[in-house]
Amino acid sequence: MPRVRVLVTLKPTLLDAQGRTVQEALHALGYTNVNQVRIGKVIEMDITDEGQPVEAQVKEMCDRLLANPVTELYAIEVLE
Amino acid sequence: MKFGVVVFPGSNCNADAYYAVRDVLQQPVEYIWHQDDNLHGVDCVILPGGFSYGDYLRCGAIARFSPVMQAVEAFAREGGLVIGICNGFQILCEAHLLPGALVRNEGLRFVCKHVYLRVENTNTPFTNCCRQGEVLRIPIAHGEGRYVCDRDTLQELQANNQILFRYCDSRGAITRESNPNGSLSNIAGIANERFNVMGMMPHPERACEAILGSEDGLKIFQSIVHSALAVAR
Repeated sequence: MPRVRVLVTLKPTLLDAQGRTVQEALHALGYTNVNQVRIGKVIEMDITDEGQPVEAQVKEMCDRLLANPVTELYAIEVLE
Repeated sequence: MKFGVVVFPGSNCNADAYYAVRDVLQQPVEYIWHQDDNLHGVDCVILPGGFSYGDYLRCGAIARFSPVMQAVEAFAREGGLVIGICNGFQILCEAHLLPGALVRNEGLRFVCKHVYLRVENTNTPFTNCCRQGEVLRIPIAHGEGRYVCDRDTLQELQANNQILFRYCDSRGAITRESNPNGSLSNIAGIANERFNVMGMMPHPERACEAILGSEDGLKIFQSIVHSALAVAR
């Protein structure tokens, strides 16, 4: 049974307010060499193989539900 | 004119919207449960504020696929009037009934306060009782209300006058300081190209009586009734 990991990130053109705040906190802790902090989501799932290509199916899930094409990008990784 | 207020698990402004329509506007209204696949013959659908389905994944992302939203999409395609308030606006964007998306406020905080809105287009079913450039005072209460879209979409919104409300100061000036969430171009509310679907982050249902601090929100509901009467004539 393939395990799939989807990484959803905000488009680089969008301000990531959360990432910016975390970056400021890292700077406050002394890690002043940190830049461009971006925060995304990881979604992992098991998929029962029903003969259709897993990656195509997950791509469809991303386009329909898991990511918003207006604001987000996604990457699919089949783990095993 | 009959209104329907959709209730999702996690909606929390449905009672306010229901009260504003029934008691203040004095129009018939009923609740529509999210599992319903028909709209009970209403003339206008209100998608209220709240945290539908816990706002898991993204605000409005799960609600968008509920049975009632399939009916709302069909209703909107036929020209039916739909107004989405706050979470309702987020759902309409997720459902692609309105362009763009609503993301985390620039300042990251949940902002709950009265703001000023400038009415940018009065020639719509949602704003015809307002004056062009009128400044409305209506509360917001959201953590994810920063409107974003790509450059082409913004140009289309502007060219078609689909931006109905912009955050402004008390005198109607569109300033950076008056933008509570970092919305693109100070956008607080937009309509679709046909002007039968409208979404706004501020809560007009919370500003329909003087005792609530403002009656400005009532103008939006009065506009909807007014437009229906105009069609009936």
